Amino acid sequence: MFQSIQFRSAMVSLVLLAFFLIFWEMASQPPEATVAQSEYEMLMGGVDQEARVPPPTAVGRLAIKELGNPFYDAGPNDKGIGIQLAYSLYRVLTGFFLAAIIAIPLGFMVGMSPLMQRALDPFIQILKPISPLAWMPLALFIIKDSEASAIFVIFICSIWPMLINTAFGVANVRQDWVNVARTHELSHFKTALLVILPAAAPTIITGMRISIGIAWLVIVAAEMLVGGTGIGYYVWNEWNNLDLSSVIFSIIMIGMVGMLLDISLAWVSRLVAYEE
Amino acid sequence: MSKHFVEIQYLAKRFPDADGGQLTVFENANFGIDKGEFVCIIGHSGCGKSTIMNILAGLDEASEGVVLMNDKEVAGPSLDRGVVFQNYSLLPWLTTLKNITFAVQARWPDWSKEKVIEHSMKFIELVGLKGTEQRKPSQLSGGMRQRVSIARAFATQPELLLLDEPFGALDALTRGMIQEELIKIWNETQQTVFMITHDVDEAILLADRILLMTNGPHARIAESVKVSIPRPRKRTDIIHHDAYYLIRNHLVDFLVNRSRELAGEIIADPDLPIDSSHPLEVDPSIADPDVKQKEVLNEVA
Repeated sequence: MFQSIQFRSAMVSLVLLAFFLIFWEMASQPPEATVAQSEYEMLMGGVDQEARVPPPTAVGRLAIKELGNPFYDAGPNDKGIGIQLAYSLYRVLTGFFLAAIIAIPLGFMVGMSPLMQRALDPFIQILKPISPLAWMPLALFIIKDSEASAIFVIFICSIWPMLINTAFGVANVRQDWVNVARTHELSHFKTALLVILPAAAPTIITGMRISIGIAWLVIVAAEMLVGGTGIGYYVWNEWNNLDLSSVIFSIIMIGMVGMLLDISLAWVSRLVAYEE
Repeated sequence: MSKHFVEIQYLAKRFPDADGGQLTVFENANFGIDKGEFVCIIGHSGCGKSTIMNILAGLDEASEGVVLMNDKEVAGPSLDRGVVFQNYSLLPWLTTLKNITFAVQARWPDWSKEKVIEHSMKFIELVGLKGTEQRKPSQLSGGMRQRVSIARAFATQPELLLLDEPFGALDALTRGMIQEELIKIWNETQQTVFMITHDVDEAILLADRILLMTNGPHARIAESVKVSIPRPRKRTDIIHHDAYYLIRNHLVDFLVNRSRELAGEIIADPDLPIDSSHPLEVDPSIADPDVKQKEVLNEVA
């Protein structure tokens, strides 16, 4: 058991983490006072004249406190981390699924029709590289609702990887399998459902996985702009409060949730995977 | 009114070539297949065998000529013509059973689920794959996959079964076993079969008649060789039959020498009593080559 690669790699990970935390803890200690400090000097921060990144122990204490009561709601500027993450997840998932509803059928159309592929290609090529946040002012003006605008930004950034991967997966289904559908006189709809969809599913899920990763990156920035609720707003709000422990804690939480989103789509991709 | 169950008349396939001209893969392909007959076609790579098969299947279109089945023109793929592809073409995300029920359901959409499964299982048992019905194709050997593919084609009971080098990718031992299974199923179902092969022995074992194609471009079907070895045939027994080596030598001689000599565009030969665009009917088991052709020609006349 001690020889297994999983065990040994886990050990190396833990050692690296321990080194990093010890280094961080030591680097964050204020210098010792060499002379007695007056009460005024103590109030002004003692010998430590500059603000410091809080040490991991401080972040850890805060994490335990926050995670112990993640869903408290004490007014607009003081909500638990669970509530903030739930707002962000709600926006990401809504925008993501709206994008999937549009992108997957559209990707099918583009993938099955060389004409549509050529016709839509210039639009996709121009729209794809636009930073989703660049849409924000236009979205706010047209939609006139910051909540819906944030969802729109997620929608617009999720749509491209799903659209492009679906079109690619559909266009590259093996001709043999399409021929099987043809020799069995399947209708176009049945061919799409019974042959092309399962054949292209792994590629489509890969596109969805890329999309949700990007959506989770973008939501933080979008919420910093629109404000109100969400993990992005929370980070910015704690920065304005000069509470760096909360900033670091929320950075770690953003990473954790992003990882969970990716793991859940990895699980879906195992369901649709097939071996040739 | 055609006299054969399947009639192929003046079939040709041409592609535009780089110089703006035309590349003729094959032309003047004329032959018929009778109901219940097992016909093999042999020729070198590039002579257009697979194209002929794809046209018969309705997956490809001929440049000229027609294919008639039951006096009706073949246009597009149909469940009346089942295809076994060289690379098996199983759907890898479905189990053995589902690969077959998928086809059976397409053939008889109003059958109940139980009836579809029962019918499919019958054919899985026929190819000796009982017990593997819940496995995916990736968990099966090449030979087993091809058996699933054959079971799928037979299960839909098409009027014409098209086999495109079905054993090409299998090792010799597996191939022999599946060939015998194919004969067994063919005996039981009395299917009409058209098969492409590269293997002379395989053709003699399976076929009633073997069509020989010259080399491409401008390939054509030069001869229709009758396999006069009585059925039931067994791999181990037919090699002792008198006609076996006569037929085999004739086929090998064609593939090695004459397929090349006869290649190219047809030049009308006044010495031949019949249109050279139709294959010459040959029975190599009749010893004297001059006599054998005349006799067959007399039979035809």
